[in-house]
Amino acid sequence: MRVKVLSRNPDDYIRETKQDLQRVPRNYDPALHPFEVPREYVRALNATKLERVFAKPFLASLDGHRDGVNCMAKHPQSLSTVLSGACDGEVKIWNLTKRECIRTLQAHEGFVRGICTRFCGTSFFTVGDDKTVKQWKMEGPGYGGKEEPLHTILGKTLYTGIDHHWKEAVFATCGHQVDIWDEQRNSPICSLTWGVDSISSVKFNPIETHLLGSCASDRNIVLYDMRQSTPLKKVILDMRTNTLCWNPMEAFIFTSANEDHNLYTFDMRFLDSSVMVHMDHVSAVLDVDYSPTGKEFVSASFDKSVRIFPVDKGHSREVYHTKRMQHVITVKWTSDNKYILCGSDEMNIRLWKANASEKLGVLVPRERAAMNYNQKLKEKFQHHPQIKRIARHRHLPKPIYNQAKELRIMREARRRKELNRRKHSKPGSLPFVSEKKKHIVAVVK
Amino acid sequence: MAEEDLFRSDHPVSASEDEGDDNEERRHHRLLEAVSSLAGRKRRKLTERTEASLQVSEFNLSCEGAREKLVLPELLGSIRASSSLGIVKKQLNRVKQKKSVELPLSKQESERVVREAAYNKTSKAVAKWEQVVLQNRRAEQLVFPLKQEQMGVAPIEEVLTSWKARTPLEQEIFSLLHKTQQPVTDPLLTPLEEASLRAMSLEEAQLRRAELQKARALQSYYEAKARRKKKIKSKKYHRVLQKGRSRKALKEFEVLRKLDPEAALKKLEEIEKSRIEERMGLRHQNKGKWARSRAIMAKYNLEDRKAMQEQLARNKELTQKMPMESEGEEEGDMAGEGLLPDSINEVQPSMDGANPWMLGKPSSEAKDSGMQEDPKDPRESVAQEDAGSEMSEEEILLQDFEQRRCTRQQTGSPEPEGAGEAEEAHLFVELLSNVQTGPGVEQPAQGPEEPLLSEQLGRRCTLEEIDALGQEEGAEEQERPWPTRTLQKSEEEGCAGGGHTAKKAPKQKMINLQAVLAGESHVIQCPAQPVSVQNEQEDEAADQRLVIKEAFAGDDVIADFLREKHKVEQAGKPQAINLVLPGWGEWGGTGLQPSARKRKRFLIKPVPGPPRRDQHLPHVIISQQRNILAAAHQVNEVPFPFEHHQQFEQSIRAPVGPTWNTQRAFQKLTAPRILTQPGHIIQPISAEDASPQSTVPTRGGSAALAPTPQHSRHHQRPHKKAR
Repeated sequence: MRVKVLSRNPDDYIRETKQDLQRVPRNYDPALHPFEVPREYVRALNATKLERVFAKPFLASLDGHRDGVNCMAKHPQSLSTVLSGACDGEVKIWNLTKRECIRTLQAHEGFVRGICTRFCGTSFFTVGDDKTVKQWKMEGPGYGGKEEPLHTILGKTLYTGIDHHWKEAVFATCGHQVDIWDEQRNSPICSLTWGVDSISSVKFNPIETHLLGSCASDRNIVLYDMRQSTPLKKVILDMRTNTLCWNPMEAFIFTSANEDHNLYTFDMRFLDSSVMVHMDHVSAVLDVDYSPTGKEFVSASFDKSVRIFPVDKGHSREVYHTKRMQHVITVKWTSDNKYILCGSDEMNIRLWKANASEKLGVLVPRERAAMNYNQKLKEKFQHHPQIKRIARHRHLPKPIYNQAKELRIMREARRRKELNRRKHSKPGSLPFVSEKKKHIVAVVK
Repeated sequence: MAEEDLFRSDHPVSASEDEGDDNEERRHHRLLEAVSSLAGRKRRKLTERTEASLQVSEFNLSCEGAREKLVLPELLGSIRASSSLGIVKKQLNRVKQKKSVELPLSKQESERVVREAAYNKTSKAVAKWEQVVLQNRRAEQLVFPLKQEQMGVAPIEEVLTSWKARTPLEQEIFSLLHKTQQPVTDPLLTPLEEASLRAMSLEEAQLRRAELQKARALQSYYEAKARRKKKIKSKKYHRVLQKGRSRKALKEFEVLRKLDPEAALKKLEEIEKSRIEERMGLRHQNKGKWARSRAIMAKYNLEDRKAMQEQLARNKELTQKMPMESEGEEEGDMAGEGLLPDSINEVQPSMDGANPWMLGKPSSEAKDSGMQEDPKDPRESVAQEDAGSEMSEEEILLQDFEQRRCTRQQTGSPEPEGAGEAEEAHLFVELLSNVQTGPGVEQPAQGPEEPLLSEQLGRRCTLEEIDALGQEEGAEEQERPWPTRTLQKSEEEGCAGGGHTAKKAPKQKMINLQAVLAGESHVIQCPAQPVSVQNEQEDEAADQRLVIKEAFAGDDVIADFLREKHKVEQAGKPQAINLVLPGWGEWGGTGLQPSARKRKRFLIKPVPGPPRRDQHLPHVIISQQRNILAAAHQVNEVPFPFEHHQQFEQSIRAPVGPTWNTQRAFQKLTAPRILTQPGHIIQPISAEDASPQSTVPTRGGSAALAPTPQHSRHHQRPHKKAR
C-alpha cells in the first residue's frame, strides 16, 4: 500500500524576492465567477465615468505673441520644439517642455503667411505678406549677432503658403500659382497653374513625396505632380477649402477643411465622391492636421473650438475649447501622437493632450494593464445607452451649443423638405444623392 | 522596262494634239524599241526635248502634257507588280490613303490630355499602397514608430569579433587560445586538424572512413549482443555458459601447464586462493534461504532431497583441504551440477499440484460472484458507516502486512546458483501476483481459507485507518496465528458492536465472505440495537415531515403555483382583436347578434407568439415582459459593425477581464490597437516600412506582451484600481 502525501513544489508559492507579489493561485472555472457580463458592465460604466472625471486635456498656454498666431510648424527632429508665425510678422520658436519661447525673430512685415521646417530640422522657411520667402537657421545667432535670414527670395506676387518637400531640398509656395523651388535657386524650378486664382495652401504628400495638393479660393482642390510638373485633377466643392492635409500612413488619402463647417476626406484616386464627411463644427474649419498614426486628425475652426475626428467616423470624438480661446487659426498634432497644439487669434498657443483622460508620464505595468482593460471595456460596451451617454457627453460653450442645435434643425428641415419633394414628384425624378457626393460640384480633368 | 511602259501609256493621250508624221515617227520608234526589247537587252532611253517650252521639268520629263493634270490612280494603275517599283507603289498607296493633317489641339485641350494621362499614371502608382493601407486598417495592433530596431539575440560571431581582451588574464587566455589556434568562431576544426584532413587523399580518406564505419558497426553489434546476453534470465543458459567457461579455463590451464609451468603454477595459486575464499564463506552450506526452503520440502520431495545432498557434497568437496588432484573431481562435479537443474526444471510442472503455495490461488471471479450472492440485510447495509467495521478491517490489513513480511523473509534474496532457484523464483512471482497471505509453511492447510486481497485501483483505507493501524501494530505483533485470531476478534467485535461484521463485506470486496464466514457456522446473531437506532433516526425525519405538513396544512402551494402559472400563461397570450360592428350589412338592434359569418370575418386571430421559455419547466415562471428598469441599460438595435444580434450578444458575453481569463489571454484580449512609444517621433510610412509592415498584424498580441513579460504576475487584478 502506498501512502500518498500532499506535496507542493516550493517554486509555486515561494517568492524570489521580498518585492515580488504573492502569487495567488486562480481557478478560472466559470462556475466560480458568475455574472461575468453584469460585472464587466459595471466595470465598464465605472471606467467610462472615471474617464470623464480624469478628462483634463488642457496642459499649457504659450503666450508671448503680440498678434494672432497665423501659422505653426513642427520640428522634424525634436519633439519639444515648435515654431509659430504671427500676424505681425514675428516668428517664435518654443520649447514645449519648458513651455517658454526660446527665440523670437521679426521675419516679415505684415503677416507671416506660412512657415515650414526643412526635413533635417536645421533651418526653416517663412513666407510673408511682403512678398518674400525667407530661409532661417534653426539656431539663433550668437550673442550680439543679428537675426538674419540665410536666404531671401523676393517674389513678384504675394505668397500665401509654403510647404517643404519631405526628403529633398525642394519647397513649394503658393499664391497666384504653385511654385516649386530649389533651395539653391532664386527662381522657381517650375510653376504649376490651372486657371488664374489665389491658392491658399499647398501641401506635399508625405509618402509619395512628389505629389502636392493645393486648395484655391475658387472652391477647388487641385492635385499636382511635381515630377511631371503638371496638375493632375481638380475637384470643385460647394464652398472654399481652407487647407488640406495628407494622411501620413495612407498615401492616397487627404482631408480638406472646408468653409461649410465640414471636413472632407478624399481618396485621390476617386475624387468624384469623398470617402467621409466629417461634420461637427459649427463654423468654417480653418486648419486640419493628421495624427502621425494616420488614424485621427485634429481640426481647428472659426467657432473657437478644436475637434478630434477619427478618420473613419463622421463625427468628432473630442472637442476642446476654453473660455479665452478665440478663433483657432492653426493646429498641429505632435509627432509622438500625444499632444495637440493650437494657435488662435488671441495670440496664444495652447497645448492639449490628444487623449483627454490619459495619464501623462511613466506608467507602472499594472497601471498600464488596468488602463488597457478599461479601454477594452469601454470599447466593448460602447453601444450600451448608459455608457454611450456618459462617454459622449461634452460641455460646449453656449454659442457653439446653440449654433449646433440650429444647424441640426436646419439640416432636419432640409431633409424633410427633400423627403416631401421626393414624395410629391415622379418616382426616380429626384435621385437620392448621398452626403458624400452632395457637396462635390464637379471634378475637372 | 516598266518605265517604258509608263511612257507608252502616256503617249496616246499626249499624241492627240501632235502632227501625223510625228506620230508615225513615234510609232516607228516604238516598234524599234519593242524589237530591241525582244532581244532581251534592257535599254533606257531618255526622251529628248525637241522644242523650247516654258515649263521645264527638272526630271527630264517632256512637258508635252503640261497643261493636263496628272492623276495619281492613273499612274498607279499602270504600275505592274515588279520588284524594283514595289516600294514606290507602296509609298504612293500610302499617300493616297492619307488624309490631310488635322489642326493641332488648342492649348487647353492638350493640357487636359497631359493632365489626364499624368493623373492616370499617378493614381496607378499610388494604388500600390492599397494593400499596405488595408492591412494597417485591419491590423489587430499597430506599433509605432514602424521602424523598430530588432531586439534579437546577436549571433555569437558578432559578439566575439566586437569583444576585445582587456584585462591581463583575458589576454593571457587569448594568447593561449591563439597559440593552439583554437577556433573561436564558426569553423569547428583547428588549422592543424584541417591540415591533417588536407594531407589525406580522397581515396585514402574514403577507405579509412569505410574502415572506421565497419569497425564502429561491428562494435555496436558486439555491444548489442553482449547486452542481449546479459539480459538473458535463463538459469540454465548461465549454467551452461559457466560450465563452458570453466571447461575452457581448464583446457587453457592444461595447455599452460605444458607450455609454461611457471604461469601454470601462478594460475594454480589463484585457483587455490579462490577455494580458500570459498571455504571462508558460507556458500554451499545449506544455510541460504533456498537451502532452508529445500530443507522443508526435502521431507516430501525426493528431488529436493537430491538437490540438497548435491549441494552438501559440493560443499564438502570445496572445503576439503586437498591441494592438486581435486581438479578432475571438480570437473565431474561441475557436470553433475549442470545436469541437476535440468531435471528439476522438468519436474516443476508436476510439482505444482502438490505445492501448498500454489494451492492458495483462488479465482477472483468466484469471489466476486460470492460477493454478489451474499444475502445482505438492508439494515446492515444502512449501518455501514459505523466505526466498528474499520477495526476489523485494520486488523486484516495488519495481518496482511505481517504475512507479507514473512514471505519476503522467506523468499527474499534467493541463492543464485541453488538447484531449485527457478522454482522458487516462480513461486515468488506467483506470491506477489496473488498477494497470497498464507502465514507460512507451518500451516499449509489454512492457506486457502485466509482472507485475500484483490488488487484494485481504489484506495481501501483512509489515512485515519492507517494511523489507527500504526497504533495497534505493536499490540498485535505477537499474535502469530493470524487468521483465526482475527476472525475470532472480528466476530467478537461484531457481536459487541452489534452486527458490524457484515458491513465490511461491501466495503472491502477482497475478503471472500464464503471463505471467511464458512457458511452457517459464522452466521452472526445480530442484536436489534442498531436497528433501533436506525428506527429512531427515521422517526425523527418522519416527525419533522409531519410538523411541516401540519404547519402548511391549509395551503396547497403546488396547486397554487400551477394556477398562477396558468394565469400568467393566459395573460401572456396575444388576444384576438374583435372588429365586429353590429348593424353593418344586416339588421341591428337589441337581441340581434351579428351573424356568425361576420363574426368570423372580423375577428382577427392573433399569430401565436413564440413558445414560452418556461414551457417545459413546471416549477418556474419566466416572465417575458420587458423590464423597464433593465431596458435603460440595454441596447435597442444591433450596432453597426455587427450584422446579427447573436454576433453582438456573443461579443458581449465573452468576458475579457483577468477574473475569467488567464494572464496571457487577458493581455492578448486587452492589447491596445495602437501602441506608441513616448518620446519617439513617428515618421510617415515609407516604402521600407511597408514591406516589414506586412508582418505587423501577424505580430498581433505578442508585440503588446513584449514590454511587460517580467511583470506578468503583477497584472493579477488591475481592475481594482479603476473601481
